Amino acid sequence: MYNFLPHTEAERQLMLAKIGVKSIDALFSDIPAALRQNMQYSVLPQQGLTEAELQAELQALARQNKGTELTCFLGGGAYNRFIPMAVNTIASRSEFYTAYTPYQPEIAQGTLQVTYEFQTMICELTGMDVANASVYDGASAVTEAAFMAMRTTRRHRILIANSVHPDYRKVLQTYANGLGEVTVETFDPLKPGEALNPNHPQAQKTACVIVQVPNYWGGLEETQSIRQFCQATGALFIVSAEPVSLGLLKAPGSYGADIVTGDIQPLGNHLSFGGPYGGYIATQNKYVRQLPGRLVGKTVDRHGKQCYTLTLQTREQHIRREKATSNICTNQALNVLKATVYLTLVGPNGLKHLANLSLQRTHALASALRKLPGVNLYKPGQAFFSEVALRFPVPVAPLLQHLEQEGILGGIALERFYPDAKNCLLIACTEMTSPSEIERYVEAVRKFLKLNAPPGTPQPPEILQQMEATC
Amino acid sequence: MNAPLLNTPVLEPSIFELSHAGAQGVSLSAIGVDETPLESLIPPEFLRETAPRLPEISQMDAVRHFLRLSQLNHCIDKEFYPLGSCTMKYNPKVCDYYGMLDGLTRLHPMTPGHLSQGALKIIYTLQQYLADITGFDAVSLQQAAGAQGELVGIMMIKAHFAHIGDTQRTEVIVPDSAHGTNPASAAMCGYKIVEIKSGANGLVDLDRLKAALSEKTAAVMLTNPSTVGLFEKDILEITRLVHEVGAFMYYDGANLNAVMGQAKPAQMGFDVMHINTHKTFATPHGGGGPGCGPVAVTKTLAPYLPAPIADFDGQQYFLNEDRPLSVGKVKAFYGNFEMMARALTYIQAYGSQGLSQVSQDAVLNANYLKACLQEDYQVAFDQVCKHEFILTNAKQKVHDSHLNTMAIVKRLMDYGYHPPTVYFPLIVPEAMMIEPTETESKATLDHFVAAMKAIAEECRTQPELVLNAPHTTPVSKVDEVAAARNPNLNYFGQSAS
Repeated sequence: MYNFLPHTEAERQLMLAKIGVKSIDALFSDIPAALRQNMQYSVLPQQGLTEAELQAELQALARQNKGTELTCFLGGGAYNRFIPMAVNTIASRSEFYTAYTPYQPEIAQGTLQVTYEFQTMICELTGMDVANASVYDGASAVTEAAFMAMRTTRRHRILIANSVHPDYRKVLQTYANGLGEVTVETFDPLKPGEALNPNHPQAQKTACVIVQVPNYWGGLEETQSIRQFCQATGALFIVSAEPVSLGLLKAPGSYGADIVTGDIQPLGNHLSFGGPYGGYIATQNKYVRQLPGRLVGKTVDRHGKQCYTLTLQTREQHIRREKATSNICTNQALNVLKATVYLTLVGPNGLKHLANLSLQRTHALASALRKLPGVNLYKPGQAFFSEVALRFPVPVAPLLQHLEQEGILGGIALERFYPDAKNCLLIACTEMTSPSEIERYVEAVRKFLKLNAPPGTPQPPEILQQMEATC
Repeated sequence: MNAPLLNTPVLEPSIFELSHAGAQGVSLSAIGVDETPLESLIPPEFLRETAPRLPEISQMDAVRHFLRLSQLNHCIDKEFYPLGSCTMKYNPKVCDYYGMLDGLTRLHPMTPGHLSQGALKIIYTLQQYLADITGFDAVSLQQAAGAQGELVGIMMIKAHFAHIGDTQRTEVIVPDSAHGTNPASAAMCGYKIVEIKSGANGLVDLDRLKAALSEKTAAVMLTNPSTVGLFEKDILEITRLVHEVGAFMYYDGANLNAVMGQAKPAQMGFDVMHINTHKTFATPHGGGGPGCGPVAVTKTLAPYLPAPIADFDGQQYFLNEDRPLSVGKVKAFYGNFEMMARALTYIQAYGSQGLSQVSQDAVLNANYLKACLQEDYQVAFDQVCKHEFILTNAKQKVHDSHLNTMAIVKRLMDYGYHPPTVYFPLIVPEAMMIEPTETESKATLDHFVAAMKAIAEECRTQPELVLNAPHTTPVSKVDEVAAARNPNLNYFGQSAS
């Protein structure tokens, strides 16, 4: 019973004697009797389970998640990527896994150096000078970056593109509602209209403009006009970027971003039904004192030996209390470790290759699907990266059901987030979606359209030549 | 480059120094489909011209680098961590089984509900268990950490007052002993922080509380047992006073490990609380995270919980998004699910009786350590403590005025222990806050006592030894001032683009 508790009953008695009390109850005598008398659990199991029972229970729960047995074409901010074995081997080392926050640098050099290396890698990917030790996730990274921009500019208007991840926008809105005195306005980067006009009456009140590249549906946003608006008005330019894409795509720093954010889940972190992931925030040196969260710096010990420590802690809540840059008092250290090991193993060439692979496979799938009658891009004319939004000539709910029967998780129904995306699916490919699975996807859609296409739509061809050639 | 040569002033080279062009640590799939020229897929202005300077290194060399780094860390699986308020206890290895199950690790968060019933059941069941343990009516697991739980708790209070049209409440009262996140979280909700001074016994001073309370008060944030490790004996009176002015009581769940099975926060009169799963339910600390910060509330505040909440219709588990008064979403997807599965496993491992035993042993260990150390160190509050207690250097500084608490705890590292929490709570000068937790054996505690006594003796006889500590750690005392004066936060100084 309770084999994580070490004491024998005899030891407990010895300890009580040393304390000088007769029973354990005496140690709880300061709790009002009324509270203790009412104490009972009605939902919890009375007895603990054995380890064998616990393992069986977890297995049974895992088996009920039938979704993992299907081929995953889901993306939308969480990506099914290959995780090299060494990533989890290192991350499951107790020395990392069961360590505490590195407040005592003399005995935490492992965690500290890993974090410093992570900060450097994020700077390299984003084209920024400094990166923090991570925040909760991509959503909190966008939110904290926006608040950072408000502190820097002393303004309270936030402009955010409607193509930013819907959850990220919701989280930003929640925090803004909480603080009050913040306006969050959404704009369409494809039709910005007055939003990006520097002469707009509210333009000079803008703290930041937030855009995501690639955006929620995989599209590559044109950022020139945003940069110009920011330069003209003094607003900060914030880019949220998926990190694998940065193996191939331009670093946001090179096109004028002041703050770059994103989620490190695709870098060696499990999907795990949504978390834990990790958010990164990188910026220019001049904004470092407004950067929320932990930072690791290089220094020396009293003998001059090079080492690492948490630094600039006066920005943080444990010192600055209500005047801190944020209330965040943790980071995603284990996720950071996984991302650092992942980027080390993959390297610059591997990352570029993975980005290109995802791009090529997504385009192969998209172009095959687009050859089917009635299938079009959600946003024609916008280049897309490794995720694509396609409009089908049929409602997507039955299409997804059909794909599911074929063993495929076919995509995210986009209308849930964008009312104009009727019959649209968001579809992602990675190195985990094999060419034959891509072929199977196209074939399943072809079959479905053949039976279900609305009257007047031309019938799809029997065999898709282009997929035969490529797979 | 290999491991550092003798006498080099570097413990472990940077991964960037180990890098050599052309090496790669993992093999990757081929493109697999006919490759289209990049330029015809992506307009050239989007394509990167300079590659990021990521490491290029073989797998063996990479593994050795990170393994050598791991050896420079102190960790709970190796040695005792007497960290007050931070609660470092044993993480049962059975909870790690999570990571071996594809059905959990490979589940995409947008998987339809009928294909993710196991995950939804985990969320739902943990919600039920936590409601039972805390005595509250409803629970959200979405929050990524305790600090985010705090923020959500205060947001819900604010949303409630907005909803009922009570616009005069602009203040949140926080004792000066509170965790720094309390004032920071309330400030992030736009509240003015009213700090109240604790009484000489470290507890809430009822008179000062009464003086601070008014129709402007939205909430009072309290930790119970308090941050000095004592149960607020007047808690029922405190919560009554706060409710009398129409304000809410916020419970900082940092110290829940001391009262599980002994008392329920809701019955103490609290309206909302957060839980740090790593403190009470042994999810891994991981060097700083990830966390998980469930929030539990009364019926009054339940409508404001973040959406979605897991629900069960008698047949299927599902995510209920229908929450019109919700403060909104605070985390992408559904929160740190892996931590939920681990916390659930932990609770199931103990069951109701076991959790009660957890708190009893945590309190027993703390009182035992206090009894063993009170001869040699000044105890800040001399009475029965809960799961933690505070010592000071008062008996040591008489030997040498430089023998501050930091010097004493740095010496503890030479004996193989992680220092206790120091200089917190702020209300006790030179605080050393010690929390042994329930998973430490009597033998471990006795060894720790011996080390503390040895240091007390050194302070008497050879204070220099203590003042220059640590001596046996991978690096000696770190120059944190220099690090802050000239921040070096990036290996390359500046980045490529």
